Amino acid sequence: MSGFELEIDLYDSADQQPRMGFFTDTSLCIGCKACEIACKEWNDVPEADLVHRGMSMDNTGTLGADTWRHVAFIEERQPVELGDDGAGGLRWLMSSDVCKHCTHAACLEVCPTGSLFRTEFGTVVVQEDICNGCGYCVPACPFGVIDKRKEDGRAWKCTLCYDRLKEDQTPACAQACPTHSIQFGELEDLRDRAQKRVGDLVEKGEAGAQLYLADPSDGIGGAGAFFLLLDDPEVYGLPPDPKDTTAELPGIWKTTALAAGTLLASVLGAAFAGRSR
Amino acid sequence: MDGDLGLAGGGQDSRGDRPRSGQARARSGGGRDGGPTVPRAVPRSYYGQPILNKPTWTWEIPVYFFVGGMAGASAPLALVASLQGNRGLARAASAAALGGAAISPVLLISDLGRPERFLNMLRVFKPTSPMSVGSWILASFGPAVALGAGRELLGILPRLGRAGQVAGAALGPGLSTYTAALLANTAVPAWHEARRELPFVFAGSSLASASGAALLLTAPVDAAIPRRMGVAGAVLALGATATMEHRLGELGAPYHEGGAAAGVGRAAKTLMATGGLILAARARRGRRRPVLGALALLGGSGLERWAIFKAGVASAADPAATVGPQRAHRNAEERAVARERRSAASAQPAAAAQPAGPAQPAGSSQPAGPVQPARPD
Repeated sequence: MSGFELEIDLYDSADQQPRMGFFTDTSLCIGCKACEIACKEWNDVPEADLVHRGMSMDNTGTLGADTWRHVAFIEERQPVELGDDGAGGLRWLMSSDVCKHCTHAACLEVCPTGSLFRTEFGTVVVQEDICNGCGYCVPACPFGVIDKRKEDGRAWKCTLCYDRLKEDQTPACAQACPTHSIQFGELEDLRDRAQKRVGDLVEKGEAGAQLYLADPSDGIGGAGAFFLLLDDPEVYGLPPDPKDTTAELPGIWKTTALAAGTLLASVLGAAFAGRSR
Repeated sequence: MDGDLGLAGGGQDSRGDRPRSGQARARSGGGRDGGPTVPRAVPRSYYGQPILNKPTWTWEIPVYFFVGGMAGASAPLALVASLQGNRGLARAASAAALGGAAISPVLLISDLGRPERFLNMLRVFKPTSPMSVGSWILASFGPAVALGAGRELLGILPRLGRAGQVAGAALGPGLSTYTAALLANTAVPAWHEARRELPFVFAGSSLASASGAALLLTAPVDAAIPRRMGVAGAVLALGATATMEHRLGELGAPYHEGGAAAGVGRAAKTLMATGGLILAARARRGRRRPVLGALALLGGSGLERWAIFKAGVASAADPAATVGPQRAHRNAEERAVARERRSAASAQPAAAAQPAGPAQPAGSSQPAGPVQPARPD
């Protein structure tokens, strides 16, 4: 990279505690929204604005301060056989979205108070007793996950049930999921399991089946909460190639220093030109 | 406007009865003949919803960009004026720096969701957070320019005041420009992809506003330096803005095509150019106070920050601005992998005759499309 390195709060694999995460296998999701409800109940998340999306059953719309699990419903007409104009078949995709708990988490890196931190489980959590509601994490997140709660003023998002993890419990959403679409466990195990599962699905003819954020070499260093999708990520409202913005920060700081130098030189230049006359 | 990245009309599907994936599944050309392929025409999205969450900052933030920028550029002006024995200008610039430094924290604190916790900003120092760095700059800048102003305006503590002036002059340029780093270090396409120009836009804009403030507060006979500074600032701001909008390509649409930001941006450029021209015409000697020129620079500078802020909000709301370049990048990577595989396969039988192996460069780490500029590092 460039001249200087920025120290970043990363999961330390030397820790005794293995990194924990979610594998959300959307091919198993039946759209029951038990995860949404369980999350709300356990974490005491207030009511979110109701929305309705199309003919679908999505009434939460998107992740935000008051929605930490969001089940997306994608309905589209699709050809069922060759020559079909699409009127024949309806494809129905369901997917439970959640905070990705990125390896390189922009929200955590830009947080000026240190309120956002990396837990011993490798997850990313807001310390609500420290957050002062500056809002920087909101546009930093490449997934549109974290948001400010208006009436409260602070930033909120999924904690991967930090309180439950500390008691050796499964997060509420994973525990409530009746189809094992949401699987909780050690990240390494989950990744192995997901590789096998996506291979099986492709073999069975699910051409669009793909893992999303399971690769540690992607723009966020892989996610603690990754997915198996049946179509491209953007269909589910997920960015297809997300990046941690602070990867560019060393370059941004250099440009900023250069600009600040230009400013100073301009003042001196204006003064010097005055002297010589 | 169906450009390469197909940002046209992205996400404007307000009816949103159905994800656009249905109709617009134009698979990327395929490149069967090995020719260049065209990315899909319309990026897909989930009911046209934004990918990113909307920045929650309110009016205080763009106003702070302006006020803090003005204060930051006034500090070095105060120092050079004082060193040259230009008392009038030193007083004016010191007052501008102190005034800006006093208003800035009020604006920032009132934007916080929990204003009473503003001191948490100084709980840690994080170079990965431009807001943290900026908080420390502002917190040290205030006392520094207060000492400087005490020296120039009240004649107290001259030695300490001089030290304050020097510190203020050192910190001020950082105060004026770190806010650009703050915006660039987000996922918002119109800010992040402008990261190589935004700091220069802010530097030029800050020079112009500090010049405007000094011209209003200084007798014309003492105001030669800010007149030149104002011209330089206007040139820098206008040049950097033009470069930024050009390099952003379609991602820069919120800056110049329709919408609230574009109108404000045009007004900002007009004012900045007018102010610069007025001052340039009088750069040699001014008998009268260039009030109009000064006001034009101040207005141009303020509106410029407002336009940049609004453009980012619009950019975050457009799923096509987020998905388009990312999809293009991913398609390019996938094509490169496929090409590599193909050429590896075709090279196999001829391996004995041609020891050169696969000739195709991987190039998979570089983005394709014009909107994804090459990485600076």
